[in-house]
Amino acid sequence: MDAILLQILNGLDKGGAYALIALGLTIIFGTLGVVNFAHGALFMLGAFCAVTTKTLLTLSFTTIDDTQKDFLGNPLEVETPYLVHWFGDFGSSMIEFSVPVAILMAIPVMLFVGIAMERGLIRYFYKRPHAEQILVTFGLAIVLGEIVKKFYGANPIPQAAPEMLRGMTDFGVLLGFDPGSVPYPTWRLVYFLFSLMVIGAVFAFLQFTTFGMVVRAGMADRETVGLLGIDIDKRFTTVFGIAAVVAGLAGVMYTPIQPPDYHWGLDFLVLSFVVVVVGGMGSLGGAVAAGFLLGIVQSFASMNEVKAIFPGIDQIIIYLIAVIILLVRPRGLMGRKGVMET
Amino acid sequence: MNTPSKTSDMILLVCFAAAVLAGPIIMAPFGAGYPDLLQKFAIFGIFAIGFNILFGLTGYLSFGHAAFLGAGSYTAVWAFKLFSMNPIPALILAVVMGGVFALIIGFVSLRRSGIYFSILTLAFAQMSYNLAYSVLTPITNGETGLQLVQSDPRWIDTAIFGIDYGSVLPSSSLFGIDMTGFHGFYFCAAILILCFYVSMRIFRSPFGMMLRAVKTNQNRMNYTGLNTRPYALAAFVISGMYAGLAGGLMAVMDPLAGAERMQWTASGEVVLMTILGGTGTLLGPVIGAGAIKYFENIFSAFNENILMGFFSFLPEGLQHAAVSVAGLFVGEGWHLTLGVLFMVIVIFLPGGLMEGVARIGRLFKRKSGDDGAKTATVPAE
Repeated sequence: MDAILLQILNGLDKGGAYALIALGLTIIFGTLGVVNFAHGALFMLGAFCAVTTKTLLTLSFTTIDDTQKDFLGNPLEVETPYLVHWFGDFGSSMIEFSVPVAILMAIPVMLFVGIAMERGLIRYFYKRPHAEQILVTFGLAIVLGEIVKKFYGANPIPQAAPEMLRGMTDFGVLLGFDPGSVPYPTWRLVYFLFSLMVIGAVFAFLQFTTFGMVVRAGMADRETVGLLGIDIDKRFTTVFGIAAVVAGLAGVMYTPIQPPDYHWGLDFLVLSFVVVVVGGMGSLGGAVAAGFLLGIVQSFASMNEVKAIFPGIDQIIIYLIAVIILLVRPRGLMGRKGVMET
Repeated sequence: MNTPSKTSDMILLVCFAAAVLAGPIIMAPFGAGYPDLLQKFAIFGIFAIGFNILFGLTGYLSFGHAAFLGAGSYTAVWAFKLFSMNPIPALILAVVMGGVFALIIGFVSLRRSGIYFSILTLAFAQMSYNLAYSVLTPITNGETGLQLVQSDPRWIDTAIFGIDYGSVLPSSSLFGIDMTGFHGFYFCAAILILCFYVSMRIFRSPFGMMLRAVKTNQNRMNYTGLNTRPYALAAFVISGMYAGLAGGLMAVMDPLAGAERMQWTASGEVVLMTILGGTGTLLGPVIGAGAIKYFENIFSAFNENILMGFFSFLPEGLQHAAVSVAGLFVGEGWHLTLGVLFMVIVIFLPGGLMEGVARIGRLFKRKSGDDGAKTATVPAE
C-alpha cells in the first residue's frame, strides 16, 4: 500500500510539469489554432531563467583576507557576493532562495519572449497548413536550444533548492502509515503544489475575468467575436504570452529536480505533445488530467516489480498509452467534438 | 497540372544519372569530391526520395522515418554477421525489414491523419529508439552499437564460397569488389539512380495520381466511395522500404549500427532535406539531401582561424566582431545554422529550392515576352 502511494507521489511532480506544458500547448492550439513545437523550448528557457537569476544574484567581488591563509600559506581570496555585502543576511537568504526568486524574473522575460514570438513569427502562420506550423516551430526550437547551448554550455547546470525545502518529508505519517515508510523529497511536494496553483490560476483567469471570457468566446467562435467589435488578435497575443509564462514557470521550478540542459526543450516537447493528444486536442481539463495521469503511470512502470514482468516497459509506456488511446478514443480522453478531428 | 511527356522524363532521368555518375568530377571544385561524402549524398538522397513519396504525394507528415532507417541498418549488420559479407542479401533483408516495420507502424498510424499521424509516428519511432537502447540490447548491442566481430559465423561465405577472412575484420564486398572508396560510391549511385527511376514511375502512375488526390481532398475521395487507406498505406510502406534501403546502405559502407540513427532528430533531418529541396518534386529531395550534407560537412569543419582568414579584408575591430558572430553558426554551432535554415525555408520558400528555381525561371520568361506570362501561371508540381 505504501509502495503504491510512493509511486503515485513520485509521478506527481513529473506529471505537474507535463500538465503545465500541455496546458500551454492546448491554450495556444485552442485560441490561435497553431501547433507549437517550440513550446518545450519555452519550458527550457524558463529553466535557464533560474540559472541566470542564480548567476546574477551571486555576482561577487574578490577581497584578500589577510587573517586567513590557504594551504600554500598565501592570503586567502574571499569572494563576497554584492548582495551579501549590501544587505547582509537578507542578501544571503535571497541567494538561498534563488529558484523561487527566479519566478519574479521569469514572468516578465517569458511574457516578452512569448509575445515577441507570436508577433514576430507565429502570426504569419495562422493560415498556413499545420505541417508548415510544425516545421517552422520545430526549427525555432532547434534555434533556441542551440542559442542556450552557446551561452550556457552543453552540460547540465545543477540548481539547489532552498535549504529548508531540501530534505525529505515523511508523507506517510499524515495518512496514518508508519513513520519513515513513505519518504518524499520536500521540493517535489512543493513543485506539485506549485503546479496546482498555476493551473488553478490559469483556469480562474479564463473562467472569472472578462478577458478570459472573451478568450473563451474566441476559442469557440473567433469570427463572431470579431464581428462584435473585439480585437481578438490582440487578446490572443496576450494569451500566447501567458502560455509562455506558464511553460516558463514550470521550467523554473523544475530545475532543482533535474539539472537543466539545452536538450530539455526537445525532450519535454515530445512527451507533452503526447500528453496533449492523450488528453484531447483543445481540452484544457484533458491536458491537465492526462499530464498527471501519464506522470503517475510512468512512475508505476519504473517500479522494479513491474519491470521484472515487462522488461523495458518504463521506456515506452507513455508512447504505448498514446497509441492505445488514439486508436480506441481518437478524440483523446476529453477531446471536444470538431477540434482537429481529421 | 500538366504531365510531362515520356521523352522529357527520359531526358530528366538521363541527366540525373549523368550528374550522379559524374559526381566526383562535378563536386571536386567544391571540395566535396571524395567518396565518403559522396556516399552520404547518395544514401540520404535515397532516404529523402522515399520520404517524399509519402510526404510529397500524400501530405502525411511522418516524424518517425528514422525508425525504418535504424531497422534497416541493424538488419544489414546482422546479415553481414550471419550470412555473408556480400551487400546484396544484406540490402534485400534491410528493405524487407524496413517494409515490415512500415507496414506495422503504418497500419496503426494511418487510422489518424494530420497532426495525430505525426504524433503517432513519432511515438512509434521513440518507442523503437528506447527499446533499441534498453531491452533489445541482445539484438542491438545497446549504447555500444552493433558491430562486426571476428567470430561471426557468416554461414554462406564459409559454407558455400569457402571464404576465410582469417584474422582481419572483413569489409563488405560485392563479388570481390571492396565496398570502400569510389567503388562504394558507384554502388550507392547505381542504387540512387534506380530509386529515382522507381520514384519517377510512381509519380507518373495512376497510383501516384491517387496519392495526390489523397493529399488534395481526402474527404472527397471517401465520398466517391473509395477507400483511401490502402493507397496511403502502400505509400507509407514504399517510403519505409526506401528508408530501410538507405539504412542498409549505411551499414554496407560502414558496418556498424547504433540506436541514435533512430532518434527523432534524425527523422527531423529527412523532413528538412525534403522541404529544403522541394516537397512533391522529383529532384528536390536529392538536392536537399545533398545540400544539407554538404553544408554540414563544410560548416562543421570551420574554425576560428579559417574565419579569421575569411574576414581578413575587414579592419581589425570589425574582423573580430564578424568572426565572433559567424562563429556562432559554424563548427559546433552547425545545428544553429540548420535550425535557422529550417525556419527561413519554411517561412519564405515553402516550396523549397525547386520552387525558387521555378520562380527565377518564371521571372526570366516574363521578361522575354508576353506569351511567357500567360503560360507561366501554372505552378510546377
